[in-house]
Amino acid sequence: MSELTESDPRPDTAAGAGAKMFGSPGTVALRADGLKITSTAGKEILHGVSFNLVAGKIRGLVGESGSGKTTAGLACMGHFRAGLLNTGGSVALYRDGEVLEVLSLNDAGQRKLRGGSISYVPQDPSLSLNPAMRVGEQIMEVLRIHRPEDSERDRRGRITEVLAEVGLRNDKAYQRRYPHQLSGGQQQRIGIAMAFACRPAVMILDEPTTGLDVTTQAMVLKTIGELTRRHAVASLYITHDLAVVAELADDVTVMLRGDVVEDGPAKQVLYSPQHAYTRRLIRAVPDLAGRHRIGEVNAVTGAHPIVTAAGPIVDAAHPIVDAAGTGPGAPQGPASGSEPVSGTRAGERAGRHALPVPHDAAPATDNLLNATGIRLNYGPAQVLDGVDLHLGVGESLMLLGESGSGKTTLARCLAGLNDRYQGNVSLSGTQLQPGARQRSITERQRIQYVFQSPFSSLNPRRTIGESVAVPLQMAGQDSGRQQRAKVLEVLDQVKLGAGYIDRRPGELSGGERQRAAIARALVNAPSVLVCDEVTSALDVSVQAAIIDLLRTLQVETGMAMLFVTHNIALARHISQRMAVLQKGRIVDVGPTDDVLDHPQSDYTRELITNVPTL
Amino acid sequence: MMRLIGRRLLISILILFLVSILVFVATLLLPGDPARAILGQQATPERLAALREQMGLTDPVWLRYLHWFGGLFVGDLGTSTSAGAPVTEVIGARIGNSLVLMVIAAVIAVPVGLVVGTYSALRRGKATDHVFTGISLVLAALPEFVVGIILITLFSTTVFAILPSVTMAAPGHPVWEVPSQLVLPILTLVLVVTPYMVRMMRATMIEVLDSGWVEMARLKGVPERQVIMRHAVPHALGTVAQVIAMQLAWLAGGIVVVEFLFRYPGVGAAMVDAVTNRDVQVVQALSLLIAGVYVVVNLLADVVGIVTNPKLRREESR
Repeated sequence: MSELTESDPRPDTAAGAGAKMFGSPGTVALRADGLKITSTAGKEILHGVSFNLVAGKIRGLVGESGSGKTTAGLACMGHFRAGLLNTGGSVALYRDGEVLEVLSLNDAGQRKLRGGSISYVPQDPSLSLNPAMRVGEQIMEVLRIHRPEDSERDRRGRITEVLAEVGLRNDKAYQRRYPHQLSGGQQQRIGIAMAFACRPAVMILDEPTTGLDVTTQAMVLKTIGELTRRHAVASLYITHDLAVVAELADDVTVMLRGDVVEDGPAKQVLYSPQHAYTRRLIRAVPDLAGRHRIGEVNAVTGAHPIVTAAGPIVDAAHPIVDAAGTGPGAPQGPASGSEPVSGTRAGERAGRHALPVPHDAAPATDNLLNATGIRLNYGPAQVLDGVDLHLGVGESLMLLGESGSGKTTLARCLAGLNDRYQGNVSLSGTQLQPGARQRSITERQRIQYVFQSPFSSLNPRRTIGESVAVPLQMAGQDSGRQQRAKVLEVLDQVKLGAGYIDRRPGELSGGERQRAAIARALVNAPSVLVCDEVTSALDVSVQAAIIDLLRTLQVETGMAMLFVTHNIALARHISQRMAVLQKGRIVDVGPTDDVLDHPQSDYTRELITNVPTL
Repeated sequence: MMRLIGRRLLISILILFLVSILVFVATLLLPGDPARAILGQQATPERLAALREQMGLTDPVWLRYLHWFGGLFVGDLGTSTSAGAPVTEVIGARIGNSLVLMVIAAVIAVPVGLVVGTYSALRRGKATDHVFTGISLVLAALPEFVVGIILITLFSTTVFAILPSVTMAAPGHPVWEVPSQLVLPILTLVLVVTPYMVRMMRATMIEVLDSGWVEMARLKGVPERQVIMRHAVPHALGTVAQVIAMQLAWLAGGIVVVEFLFRYPGVGAAMVDAVTNRDVQVVQALSLLIAGVYVVVNLLADVVGIVTNPKLRREESR
């Protein structure tokens, strides 16, 4: 496998030459060479990964889940998670003219490096800060271990200093807080302060902004960039987010299933990628400007199987159903996998693609779903503060909001999953009861919900077919055979073949599971599909495929869609109209282009400025 | 924090009140007539009626309850019908004897459980872990009287006749005058309660050792000993405290069987005697006492849980 790596078109196969080739003024601070890591079960996870980190520069390590990027990052510190073994390669740390072979040091030697010369910033600060320890004390702990010679007063001084460096308050009261008393962004900056306290030569940053809001992310990225450059730290920034890499990194290493497939200066890798995988990955990234159609890529991880039509209907002509709300009862062509809606193709080639409008799209004034004055509070916390929202027939509306904005709560209220709201929700002019249980079967069928995580929304003990059939059983109108026929048809619609009907969620990838969850929502032919952050748990290429699927389905079936997300970059890819939710209020609403080009509120403007772009 | 604890305390008091009703109703349902139990089968109806009158058995049930409940607050638990003396006098020494067993058993079991559980978690998947897990599983599966009988067979019969199998102390003398007679009852109790603590501590520690902050502590270069003592164990304690509380509370009830087995003059033996003699007042007092131990121990566990969790500790709102 290492031969394969060597033959890859990387500019710096000889790691030593790397730094010079890029014309960097810094010196190499850490060099990983031919890292091989095997699981205790005997499966090789990393097949010989090499890269180097240069003082004052940030290297982006990019890859999708399972590519081994975190494993490689932790290996730089000599740390291997339970079940992993180092089977080859070396990590050399250059500090003060000395060379240290990290992997051949004993435990005590490695401990001395960790947190001192090489430090780590974890992915999720809410899990990685000790919840029962004051934040100041957690920073103090690193200093006590690595600066035993300092006086307690010097250490306190250093804490005050480093908190200021990461842009946090540094008074005593703040240091005495517990992690849960800080926001996510503040927690992450405590993590960075902890990593930076001993002025490390190398920092390993493992997706430190995943899960943060774009505005917070922008601040954290700025902090990281400044610290790296000002103090000549060599940083490894592990991420799946290419847009963040484009903003931050000097060099980029792209990993695929334990191999480095591309490596070079950020500009070169991101804007003229050599390897096919990098190109596919970049094409899958949604851009705010909506210049390209992300769905054109197939999911790289194989989550997007080529479907051969099941049953007797093999129809190359691929009919587009022309009646809104036509359910699986009507004959619908099995989508042929590689060819989505043909009508949209021409438009894309012309440049910026236009979102397809359903065939019979009624004017937006014809409201299918209407919500007025939705309010909800949990104790003193006002989660929704008088929200008005309408959704036209066949329309796709993006509901954008950051964590805590109330977007999921609103979606759940509309679907009747949360019945504690005040206000009115009406469907086709009929007012709906607050709770789904009080609504009629038809009303329930007409609004369907797809949940965020396909890993927890499908019952692991049921087969996909059984799960998809549940809504049909609830409707109670079809015989077993009819149900099975409908299930097959809807599985086809979401491009999972008949072969999936008897499989269980455990055998499926994340993208496949999300398709199954979408199939379950579609099986009763809803008028409104509520998609709650359906792509946020998925890799970017899988996300692209799911977005493409949803768009195709929406056009084919003429259903309306409420797409709830925190990712503003998806706006032009999925929605005709968008609403921006902040602290339970809608601050911006209108056609997607209008909102993005001429945002009315400062909040939306701030979001747009802070979104990282490729 | 004080609010939370105060709320728990109020709930505990409410529970004790409900238990007092339950105990009272349950003793009403005990078969047999206390008056007849005292006077025997030959008693004349007149004498029975007179005694019932004297014992207040003819009053309405609610009045009897209030009378009894009121007495609890002034330390008047009634009069033991079989001994003819105040209940407090009859069971006072017994409570002391039982407390000796329970406290010594707890003082041994809790640290052993925590240490063995932690050690087992650290050696996860290795031979020592398997041995400890196996032993604790077997012990957890055995009821206390089986453990007790095995111990008696091993240490006080033909195998090693080194310890007394029954309590030898003469009535009126403190049990701890002959320490050897305490060994087997305590050992039985320890062997019964420790396995659960070991298993729970092991499971919780494994979870905590896999947590992000433990990995983070290691990546900060914190020495392993400090990782365990400062970052891992405190988090496990809050959870394990609940199980420890359950086990300690079990001691209060489970001691009945163990004391009976070793003829130990504690509350357990007193309870068995009282039920046999229809000594309603003593049964009521002891039931309430055991329930009280349950409630207090669980309250303590909640307090430990609150104190080890800063989120709960600092709950200012609500």
